[in-house]
Amino acid sequence: MIEIKDVTKIYTSKNRQVIGVDHVSLTIQAGEIFGVIGYSGAGKSTLLRCLNLLERPTSGQIMIDGVDLTSLNSEQLRQARLKIGMIFQHFYLVSSKTVFENIAFALKAANKPKEEIEKRVNELLDIVGLSDKRDAYPAQLSGGQKQRVGIARALANDPNVLLCDEATSALDPSTTKSILTLLKKINRELGITIVLITHEMEVVKDICDRVAVMQNGKIIELGTVYELFTNPKEELTKSFINSILQFEIPEHLLQKRTGTMVKILFKGESAEEAIVSDMLQTFKVKGNILHGKIEYIQNIPLGVFIMELTGERKEVERALDYISERTNGLEVIAHAA
Amino acid sequence: MLLNALIDLIPELNKAFLETIYMVAISLCIAILIGLPLGILLFVTDRGLFLENNIVKSVLGFAVNLIRSIPFVILLVGLLPLTRLITGTTIGPTAASVSLSVAAIPFFARIVETSLREIEKGVIEAAIAVGATPWMIIKDVLLSEARPGIVHGITITTISLVGYSAMAGIVGGGGIGDLAIRFGYYRYDNTVMITTIVVLICLVQIIQFSGERIARLVDKR
Repeated sequence: MIEIKDVTKIYTSKNRQVIGVDHVSLTIQAGEIFGVIGYSGAGKSTLLRCLNLLERPTSGQIMIDGVDLTSLNSEQLRQARLKIGMIFQHFYLVSSKTVFENIAFALKAANKPKEEIEKRVNELLDIVGLSDKRDAYPAQLSGGQKQRVGIARALANDPNVLLCDEATSALDPSTTKSILTLLKKINRELGITIVLITHEMEVVKDICDRVAVMQNGKIIELGTVYELFTNPKEELTKSFINSILQFEIPEHLLQKRTGTMVKILFKGESAEEAIVSDMLQTFKVKGNILHGKIEYIQNIPLGVFIMELTGERKEVERALDYISERTNGLEVIAHAA
Repeated sequence: MLLNALIDLIPELNKAFLETIYMVAISLCIAILIGLPLGILLFVTDRGLFLENNIVKSVLGFAVNLIRSIPFVILLVGLLPLTRLITGTTIGPTAASVSLSVAAIPFFARIVETSLREIEKGVIEAAIAVGATPWMIIKDVLLSEARPGIVHGITITTISLVGYSAMAGIVGGGGIGDLAIRFGYYRYDNTVMITTIVVLICLVQIIQFSGERIARLVDKR
C-alpha cells in the first residue's frame, strides 16, 4: 500500500517559486492499477517521481508498506528502491549495453550472484517476450521492444510497486495496446501495484482501476474509472472523457433534423437491456439512431447513443420520461423544430 | 645530397621519435589515471547529480582552471622543483614528462567531464531508480555511455601532448619537435625541419585515425 501524506514539492529558482505538487494526499491500495491523468505541467510527473524519491518532497511523507521513504538514509533508500520498479516514456536504457546487460544491471544492484542473474534475466525476457533479443543493443530495437526491456529491468528484483512515467506516450497506438496488455498481465499475475501517469484517457480506460485527475499540482477528482466516466464532476475530467466519448454530428444532419435530438447514456446492466426497442414499441414515436457507441470500462459496458425522436410532442415527451427513468442519463440536445 | 643528409639524420630522428613516444606515453597514462577520476568527480559532484557536493566541485574546478590558465612553457619551468622531487633530475624526457602530465591531467579531466555531460540525464535517473550504488552508476552507466567521447578525448589529449612535447627541449627533454626547433629552426636546416614536420604530420594522422576507429568500435548508439 502506498500512502502519500500531504506531499508538497516546491521548486525554488533565483527569484520565484514554482509549486509542482500542492498538498496531495492519496492512498493507493496494494494490487491496484492507479492512474493519474492531467495535462503537461499539472504536476503528475513530479508526484510520481516523489514516490521513489527521485524528487524529494519539500514537505510531506511517502509511506510504502508502512515505511516512510523520506526518513530513510541513502543506503536504506537504495534498498527500498530495489522494490520499486520504474519505467519511463523514453525508456532510458544504457545504449552501450545489450538487452541482457541492461536487465542484469538491476540484479547487480541487488548483489545477486552471477548464475542467479543469468537465470533471472532469461525468465524476465520470457515474461516480456523478448528472449530472441537477448544480445541486441537498444539501438537495434523498436520503441515497443525498448519499453519491454525497461519493464524487464523494472521487474528484475520482484518489486511490489511499478511506477510508469508516461510509459506509452512515445509509442504508436498498437504498440501502446500491447504494452498496456503486458502491464495488466504483470499486475494480475504478479500482483504488482502499478501507478501510472498519462495524459491519454485511452490508457486510463484500458487498464486503470482507479484514477486521479490532476491540475495545477492538486488532485481535483478521484474515483474508480467507471465512476469518473459515468459521472464526471470537474470540467477537466469531462474534457478528458469527451476525448473518448465525443461524437461529432455532421452539420447537414443537424440541419435536416425535424425531431428531438437526445443523448442517452446507459450504464452497466441498462446498456445490455433492450430499452430503446421497448420504448419504440410502447410509444408512438419513431427513433433514428444517429450515433452510438458502447465502451467497456473495467468490463462494465457504458453506452452512449444520440437519437432523433419524431412523433407527436406528447408521445415524445412520454418516451423521454420513460428513457430517463430506465437509463442513467438523458440530455436533450435540441428540441423538435 | 638530399638522400645522404636524410640518412645522416636517421639515428638522430630515431632517438627523437622514441623520446616523443616515451614522453607522450608516460604523460598520457598519468593523464588518464588521474584525469579520468578527476573528470568523473567534477561531473558527479555537480548540482542535481547523485554525489552533489558544492565544495568539492568548486575546489577541483578552481584547481583545474588554475593549471589550465598557465602557459605550458611557464609550467615546464615552474614545476622544476616538483620534477626534481619526483624524478631526481630536471633534464631529460622523464623530467619533461612530469610537466606534460601536470598539463594533461586537467585538460583530459575537462574533456571527460564534457563527455559525461552528454549522457541523457534520464539514463542516470533510471539507474538511481533501479537502486544502483554510485559506484555502479559510474562504472556501468557513466563510463559505459561516455566511452566513445572518452576515446575521442584520449585522441585529442594525445595529439595535444605531441604538440606540447616539442617544448620539452627547454629542459633537455628531446623529441621530434625539439629536433625541429634546434636543427631546423635555429640552424636554418630545412631538410631537418621538413623531415621532422612530415614525421609529426604522419604521427598525428595515425593517432587521429586510430582514435576514430576505436571510438566507432565502442559506440553502440
